[in-house]
Parts: sequence; structure tokens; C-alpha cells
Amino acid sequence: MTDAHPVLKVEGISKSFGALKASDNVSLDLRPGEIHALIGPNGAGKSTLIKQISGSLRPDSGRIEVLGRDVTDLDTVARARLGLGRTFQISSLAMEFTVLQNVVLGALGARGRAFSFFRNVMKDKALLESAYRALERVGLQGEAQRRTADLSHGQRRQLEVAVALTLQPKLFLMDEPMAGLGASGSKALTGFLDQLRHEAPILLVEHDMDAVFALADRITVLVYGAVIATGTADEIRANAEVRRAYLGEEDAA
Amino acid sequence: MLTRETTLNIALAATLLAVPLLALAMDEIFIITLATKVAILALAGVGLNIALGIGGLVSLGHAAFFGIGGYAMGILAAHAQNYEPIMEVPFLIEGTNQMPIIWLIAIVASALAALVIGALSLRTSGVYFIMITLAFGQMLYYFAISWSAYGGEDGQSIWVRNEFPGLNTLDPIQFFLIAYVILCLVLVFSARLARSPFGLALAAARQTEERVMTVGLTPFHLRLVAFVISGAITGLAGALYADLNRFVSPTMLSWHTSGEIMVFVIIGGVGRLFGPLVGAAVFILLEHILGGFSEYWQIFLGLLLLLMVLFARGGLIGAIVGREVAHD
Ligand SMILES: Nc1ncnc2c1ncn2[C@@H]1O[C@H](COP(=O)(O)OP(=O)(O)OP(=O)(O)O)[C@@H](O)[C@H]1O
Ligand SMILES: [Mg+2]
Repeated sequence: MTDAHPVLKVEGISKSFGALKASDNVSLDLRPGEIHALIGPNGAGKSTLIKQISGSLRPDSGRIEVLGRDVTDLDTVARARLGLGRTFQISSLAMEFTVLQNVVLGALGARGRAFSFFRNVMKDKALLESAYRALERVGLQGEAQRRTADLSHGQRRQLEVAVALTLQPKLFLMDEPMAGLGASGSKALTGFLDQLRHEAPILLVEHDMDAVFALADRITVLVYGAVIATGTADEIRANAEVRRAYLGEEDAA
Repeated sequence: MLTRETTLNIALAATLLAVPLLALAMDEIFIITLATKVAILALAGVGLNIALGIGGLVSLGHAAFFGIGGYAMGILAAHAQNYEPIMEVPFLIEGTNQMPIIWLIAIVASALAALVIGALSLRTSGVYFIMITLAFGQMLYYFAISWSAYGGEDGQSIWVRNEFPGLNTLDPIQFFLIAYVILCLVLVFSARLARSPFGLALAAARQTEERVMTVGLTPFHLRLVAFVISGAITGLAGALYADLNRFVSPTMLSWHTSGEIMVFVIIGGVGRLFGPLVGAAVFILLEHILGGFSEYWQIFLGLLLLLMVLFARGGLIGAIVGREVAHD
């Protein structure tokens, strides 16, 4: 499996905000069937990297390849259509919509044809089926008719994942999907992601170390925008530099 | 089962029909004309509401479409009444006094204008978008002022109202019914649009542009199509309005007109299906009742607007039936 052609390949990405180097020559890849965790302290540049991969932020230099295609110059929409499914750290759901409408929007995007003006979108069987299936998979089927703004933070995270599921992407980019979930919620989501990796590999940004070490086939550690280590969970645990720069801090806290 | 808002909407539509019919029975022709004006201005607002209410596009340039519709009427009818073709080379184009043809041309012309203005202005957002749409509207306004072939600043009058097959359009109640039926048809269209796949995607783009892109849809395309539909409806209203007055002038293109259309929508309720009708009715009533006492009646309108913006974000419709319930 490890020598399979990578689904995502990031090569030498750099991005500065003024004097701040948010991405410093970052390279990593994501292989079929794997969960690749991206960890690092607050402000390390994890979300900035995800944004560059998803297309909402342009790197200053470097190259991004998805399924063997150079996507560096493609916008977010084109990358989504190629099969990138992203969940956001800061929820970007349509807050006035019901939960169901948010997932139907995802299903509509997956269909790729939004220019239909007369049919009731909430009565479209194919869209509803895909939407309900995604809600069931994350355990939100009971909340379908609630207003998204009324959901808890954890539920919004789950909904983020459900919307990404409706896209049936070739790979997932997930930015802290566990945040705000609580112990039982993260445990459930951990179990779910463990299965999901067989549908599409996941680049997972996560602060919950239990989840990271339980799930990740490989881990990349980012500090001040730069990769200081990449390896299996055991290699990362044993890595002295990582312990000093990052894990050590956690132990002290 | 009907929602409270739907019940209210049906009552409003029935009232707009009942008032001129009662007025007819009581021989109050002027009231029929006022009701016609309400129906037509509401139609203009329904157009704006698609861009503003669903799409969140604060256009201060919708007078451009209203005026283009008006001038489509004025130009076609003026040539018809003078028996002068509009052009002879390279091919003959004649005027017409047939409403259906005039409407069609008003719709096509304002849709094209909206396509051009939208394509150029929708690259921006926020205040820039407001300013650019305003600038396009004013550009057309000054153009119309200098366009002496159609009356320049004085505008263009036509002698008789245009014709509709089988009806006597000079009979106020028959002309009212034309405007009323068009308004109802466009309201049905607008209600369906709001619930369609397109409506959902457009409403999502208003709330969270990034999400829409992440699911693989392009907000710019959604907004441009919305802007064109919106402009076309407001253009149709412009043609009817000019026909009601038998007169078109640059005033229809001025930013005051854009502002007034927006005021109806805000007072009635942004994004509420019947918001423009309520807003237009309140506007015309205030103008008619308070305008008799004081020429500064618009101060009261301003106060009402302020109250709506500060305390009732769903406008009068929202104040009556409460927050919009998400649709089934
Ligand atoms: N648009 C921006 N303009 C300027 N600075 C930015 C911008 N976006 C991020 N930064 C800075 O870049 C650095 C990396 O931010 P980023 O959000 O990628 O960190 P992160 O690793 O995701 O952190 P967290 O774990 O808190 O989510 C931070 O110092 C942040 O303040
Ligand atoms: Mg982050």
C-alpha cells in the first residue's frame, strides 16, 4: 500500500504573511487508504496549509498535485470538482438553513448542476437520499429539520463532515473535526473516520492526540510553518525533536 | 397546511384585487390607478428582491432596468404613433403599440443590460458593488437626459396607451387586471425560484461564499444569473409603469428610483415573497395621504424605514408573521 501512487502531493509549499512564514517549504503526501495526521502547536500553519491545498489561499511558491494532476493554478471550485472534500475549522455552514438544507446543498454541488429554477429542491428524491444518508452516517439524522444556527459546536462539526460526505470526494481535508465534540462524540467520530479512510484517504488536522495516535497511519509535525518530522505514530512518539517542540509542551501542560 | 405567511400573502393578494373592484363599483377611478401603481411598483420590487433578498446583492442600480423597460415602451410606441420606423438599414425595424411585444423587448433589453452590468460589478462586493451599480444607473440616466431623439430631459409622451389583444387597455380596471395578473404570475415564479436548486445555492452564496465554492459551485455564476432575472423583471415593471403614465423620462433611471424600489423591499421585508407588495402599498398610501398635508411626507417614510432597519429585520411581513420558517 505504501508505494501506491499518492492521491495528494504537496511539494515545497511556502506562504508568508508579511514577515511571518506560515508555510515554510512544506512537502507531504497522502496515499490511498491512509489517514495522514497533521499536528503542531497553535499557529503552526496547519489551517494555512489546508487552505492552500483546498484552493482558497495561493501559495507563494511550490506545487500541489491531486490524483496526478497539477492543481496549483486551479481555484477552489475546480479542485472541489476534482474530488477534494474539505471540512472547516471555523464552521462555514449556511446558518439560516436547516441542517438538511446544508447537506442538500452539498449533494447539489456533487451533482454539479444548480441552474434548475422550477423544481422544489427539498423534494428532489436523489438529493434527499444522498443528504439523509450523509446525516445518518454522522449521527445527525434526528436534527435534520433544526436550524443550523441552533446546533451546538460539536453538531456543527458533524454537519461539516456530513456535507463533505455528500460530495463523495476522492480525498478528505479535515481541519479539527473533533473540536467541541466531547469524549463520546470524539470516540464515535474516531470510529467513523477509521472506516471512512477506506472510501477516501484523509488529511487530518487534529489537536486530540488520542484520536491522532489511534487513527493516523502517518503523522506530519508542523512547527512555525515548517515540517520537523514525518513518520508513523511510533516514530513520531520516539522523535526527540518532536517531544521537545510539541509533545513535551503538552506533557508539561 | 398553510403557514401564517402564506395565509397573509393570500389575504394581501385578495386585498389588492378587491380594492380596485370596490373602487370601480363606487366609481372612484383614481383609486384604481393607485392600485395599478402599487401592483407595478411591487413587480419592480419583486425583481429587486431576487437579487437583494435571496442573493444578498445590494443593487442601487435597479433604476437602470426599470428605465430601460420604460424607454423600450416609449421608443417602440413613439415610432408606432408617428409611423416612423426605428431603423431602415440594414433591415427594417418598426415601432409597435402591442403590449406583449413591448414587454418582450423590455425584458430582453433589461436582461442584456443586467448581464453586462452584473458581469462587471459582481466581481466586487459590499460597498464597491453598491457604488458600481449606482454608477451604471447614473450613467444611463445622464445618457437619457442627453438623448434628444426621445425628449431628452423632458421625456417622451405617447398619446394613447398601448394595446393588448382582446382588451381595452384605456379602461382603468382592465389595465389594472393586466398588471395584477402579471404580478401574480411573477410572484408564483419567484416563489418557485426561491425553493429551487438555484434558489438554494444562491441563498447559500449569500450566507457563506466559501462553502458554496467548496461544494463545487461558482458564486459568481449564481449571482450573475440572479441579477439578470432580477433586472428582467424590474424592466418589465418599467414598461408597465411607463404605459400607466403614458410617459417615460430620465427620472425613471435616476438613483432616486433605485432607492425607492429598495425602500419598498426593506419596508415590506427583504427576501419575503410579498414584501415588495406591502412596501409599495405603504409607499403609495403614505405618499397619497401624507403628501396632502406636507410636501415633506418622505420624512415619515424615512422614519418607517429606520424603524424597520433597527427593529424589524423581516420588515412589515416579518413583524406580522415572525421569522421565516425554513421551508419543508
Ligand atoms: N490571512 C492571514 N493574514 C495574516 N496572518 C495569518 C493569516 N492567516 C493565518 N495567519 C497567521 O499564520 C499563522 C498560522 O496560522 P494557522 O491558522 O494556519 O495556524 P494553525 O496551525 O491552524 O493554528 P490552530 O491550531 O490554532 O488552528 C498564525 O500565526 C496566524 O496568525
Ligand atoms: Mg487551524
